[in-house]
Amino acid sequence: MPVVSSVKNVEALTMTFVAEFEAAVDRVWQVWADPRKLERWWGPPTWPATFETYEFKPGGRVHYYMTGPDGTRSRGWWTITAVEAPHRLEFDDGFADENFEPVDPKDTTHGVVTFEQVGDRTRMTTVSTFTSAEQLERMAEMGMEEGMRSAQDQIDALL
Amino acid sequence: MVVGQDADLVFHALADATRRDILTRVIHSGQSVSELARHYPMSFAAVQKHVAVLERAALVTKTRRGREQIVHGEVTALRRVALLLDAYEEVWRRRAGRIADILDEDE
Repeated sequence: MPVVSSVKNVEALTMTFVAEFEAAVDRVWQVWADPRKLERWWGPPTWPATFETYEFKPGGRVHYYMTGPDGTRSRGWWTITAVEAPHRLEFDDGFADENFEPVDPKDTTHGVVTFEQVGDRTRMTTVSTFTSAEQLERMAEMGMEEGMRSAQDQIDALL
Repeated sequence: MVVGQDADLVFHALADATRRDILTRVIHSGQSVSELARHYPMSFAAVQKHVAVLERAALVTKTRRGREQIVHGEVTALRRVALLLDAYEEVWRRRAGRIADILDEDE
């Protein structure tokens, strides 16, 4: 497991998440820049992500969906707002309808991801800013579902 | 506000759809365990167990009203946001683990 830490601000609705990987900056950058690598980690194993459109440049559009265990698709969009390879990426992330149109264009989570070399590791810092508690709830729901399933998997493995 | 060890209790408590539903029902007004049990296709004892998990995580409290136990939500708005941020952190912890796996595999 990588070394991780986080800082949460309840009033500002932000979370800063820091992880250090034993790899060079360019290689960590590639897990974001290459959509085939990105879809191997963005969604949980039970809700894998598929990126259909991936314009990795400032102003670029991204369309993706996550497929649940029963085949349900949950769609999302990003607008990439900054790309400074291999050190900085910024994007707005929101929920999309069947045609990848934003459900509410103002209902977005802003993500800022920075990459820096620290010794022979790469530190990746992700700052997520939410516009409302309701939106945070939907994003967090994903973690809860995943937590529930892995707990269930552990029980199954014991039986 | 959630800190350190009780974050695990809280995360476990909220990692279940029935418990999240129970919490939602009792946030605004208390309900007895038997009132709650009517909403779920499970035994009274099973609902009681779910309530006990929520109680250990300090998400609900129980008070007595005659022969009944009333369950009350203990979640203020700020605490609720703190809990959600904890869950979102878990999303990123798992993502970081998967990124590390990819970096190892593709070396």
